Amino acid sequence: MKSFSGLLEALLYAPGRKAKLSWLQDWLASTPDPDRGWGLAALTGELAFPHVKAGLVRELAAAASDPDLFALSYDFVGDLAETTALIWPEPAELAAPPSLSAIVAPLQQANRQEAAELVSGWLNGMDATQRWALLKLATGGLRVGVSGRLARLSVASAFDRDIAEIEEIWPLLAPPYTALFDWLEGRADKPDARGRAVFRPLMLAHPLSETDADQLDMSLYQTEWKWDGARVELAAAQDGVRLFALWNDITAAFPEIVPPTGWQGTLDGELLAGQPDAVASFGRLQQRLNRKKAGRKLQQDNPVFLRVYDLLVEGETDWRAAPLSERRARLEVLAASWPAGGRLDLSEVLAVGTPQELAEKRAACRSDALIEGMMLKRKDSPYLAGRPKGHWWKWKRDPLRADLVIMYAQRGHGRRSSLYSDFTLGAWRDGADGPELVPVAKAYSGFSDQELRALDKFVRQNIVNRFGPVREVEKQLVAELAFDSVQRSSRHRSGVALRFPRFHALRWDKPAEEADWLASIEALIGG
Amino acid sequence: MDSSWLRPAPAGLEILPARAFIDPLRPVDLAIITHAHADHARPGHKQVIATEATLAIMAARLGPDFAETKTVLDYGDSLRLGDLCLTMAPAGHILGSAQIVMDYNDTRIIAAGDYKRAADPTCQPFQPVPCDIFITEATFGLPVFRQPDPLAEIARLLALPARFPGRAILVGAYALGKAQRLIALLRQAGWDKTIYLHGAMLGPCRIYQEFGVDLGDLQPVTTDRKSLPADQLAGQFVLAPPSALGSSWARRLPDPLSCMASGWMQVRARARQSGIECPLVISDHADWPDLLATLDEVRARQVWVTHGREDALLHACKQRGLDARALRLIGYEEDSA
Repeated sequence: MKSFSGLLEALLYAPGRKAKLSWLQDWLASTPDPDRGWGLAALTGELAFPHVKAGLVRELAAAASDPDLFALSYDFVGDLAETTALIWPEPAELAAPPSLSAIVAPLQQANRQEAAELVSGWLNGMDATQRWALLKLATGGLRVGVSGRLARLSVASAFDRDIAEIEEIWPLLAPPYTALFDWLEGRADKPDARGRAVFRPLMLAHPLSETDADQLDMSLYQTEWKWDGARVELAAAQDGVRLFALWNDITAAFPEIVPPTGWQGTLDGELLAGQPDAVASFGRLQQRLNRKKAGRKLQQDNPVFLRVYDLLVEGETDWRAAPLSERRARLEVLAASWPAGGRLDLSEVLAVGTPQELAEKRAACRSDALIEGMMLKRKDSPYLAGRPKGHWWKWKRDPLRADLVIMYAQRGHGRRSSLYSDFTLGAWRDGADGPELVPVAKAYSGFSDQELRALDKFVRQNIVNRFGPVREVEKQLVAELAFDSVQRSSRHRSGVALRFPRFHALRWDKPAEEADWLASIEALIGG
Repeated sequence: MDSSWLRPAPAGLEILPARAFIDPLRPVDLAIITHAHADHARPGHKQVIATEATLAIMAARLGPDFAETKTVLDYGDSLRLGDLCLTMAPAGHILGSAQIVMDYNDTRIIAAGDYKRAADPTCQPFQPVPCDIFITEATFGLPVFRQPDPLAEIARLLALPARFPGRAILVGAYALGKAQRLIALLRQAGWDKTIYLHGAMLGPCRIYQEFGVDLGDLQPVTTDRKSLPADQLAGQFVLAPPSALGSSWARRLPDPLSCMASGWMQVRARARQSGIECPLVISDHADWPDLLATLDEVRARQVWVTHGREDALLHACKQRGLDARALRLIGYEEDSA
């Protein structure tokens, strides 16, 4: 635990990816099994203790301190594990720190009551850094700036392997990854994915700019719409059929998405709501994504389908090394046998001869909210894991924008937990007593660190009311928000919901009265 | 007990019988200054009463004519202003920092200003003075703020040159007070090499030295690359104001490793937000246990809280059966605590 808390703290303050990677490599090289595997699982979010939730930690903390003082502290610090670690009484004497395995095994088997006793017992013998690390580990969500990808990359570099090779077998592994380390250190064969319906690492696109687009030789590219759904992978093998959204298995939520009976392989595509000839809004898809399981009624009332755009594996054949043109040809043959009215559909290849035609098509995306731009894929591109350069491009349509007034602010979490960084913004409408502001969006990104500090200062100086952690501020600062689309929403007081709202510019110069009206935002619906 | 003669006014805490203000935010006829930090010691007052060190720092910062009349009142000395008796007591915050002890109409009120209880070789330690009403700050007025031993933090800092011999150890610290305390603590822990300074540190360090604080060998980081080649700073300590940490000034240093000495560094998210690689929890303000211990020691019947996280401190006072209220004075910064 001592070296793990040291690792977590080092990762937290490491200035960049390179430094994080080197700390992770050191840890993998110097930590014995199974502790290094447990640590890795904690970092990649694959370690869960069902009975240790925020509620339990809050109870322990409130019991160990004063409930009011704890609430005030939590409001200020903004992070439950950190608040608890800092407010916990300092032990008279430090206990010998338990190993990770000595924590993981008992905590996984414990019921809620036992888990509470275990955790507070450990906390009573630890220093503040260890307490913080233990609570982060136990509640999950470490937030030390290590993605699953970076963790896997550290394994690859620690053992001088290609990251793609590690990601390929990752779905076959389970914490503490003994099979992985046994293979990497020559004690066992490489885990084999054949015959198993597992997630294969996705190929991702780079963003394209207008100037890049002018330079493209369109004859080299396959052009498709960029659909605004959820990227998923459908895998069918001897051991079953599974649907993945990245590494998450979402099969139970979408049981109707299956390949034709008997077909085995892996397809890459976009999950969309509605029917292939009448795509429904993202909100409809969201309703399905929010459900862990889907019964027959939900499947009927809120249908979904898979728009397929790539073929990775078919039977024993791995297609990923083949060029896109060949994969597409095979996909078209397969699609010809998919039943009409089924839940599989082939992504259309668009006829685009010149960069001008591409730009025109992109400009037209605006008319349909479910097309968020253009995809360009080199016809000779193999299917490579990750975001390889020079193969695939995405060119998103221009965002929509509106000038809104900041109404409420709240402290952020993680790196921003001591700053007011989450904002509710409103537009004007006619109220009973003249114009009134109605909230239309929450936004917490898009500003620079410097702008964030200025926003934080503005909030602190302009608080007019407090509702728990929420601060109401003077309605005087206008911010220009960018967003992808507007939808009707019965859940919001304004009746509209903005998709992916983010700050575009702070308009310190603009009087609040000149901000946008709700009607002008409603006019963007579907646009 | 009569407290009607002291009240929060827009200009600051107003002492009615003396027609004076404590740390006023705008120019007044008579200002009593607790310490020389810029947000407390502002220019433009007709007369200023403060300790000798505070007046010296103000003169260096604001120019020798910062007030028409400057009245020295050192620790333990008293001055009569009408029927009010004014006495200074050490506050332990920075060199010259004072608690303002006021006796009037059989009531003693102390405005403690900013203060701390932790060890500081560069200024006189806080002196608890029994009083009826104690006016306290609450910069770190939450139970999560329990500062470690400053020398343990200094030990972490001292381990850096050996681990990163090719990098300059750049320590962000407020130029007045924190910087000199860090230097003195480094000396106390055995670092006797030259310590390099950002230009903003030079003036305050000189005043500390004039007042007899031993800071050892100090050298400015100059723009002249011949007299001070950049690689000479590898593995050395360089002190700079926090604002210089990510600036173009810092880029001249060899691969600088940013450290920051501040009480706020206790909150990891805050340290991380500011891009610090090595946060040091060293503060010139009282932490939570010290705030409570101080209230116990001065045995005041009433506590007034000026600025900071007053909600928690008021709650704790109530639990202790103390009559407490928030003054909600604004204008005093907390950035470099």
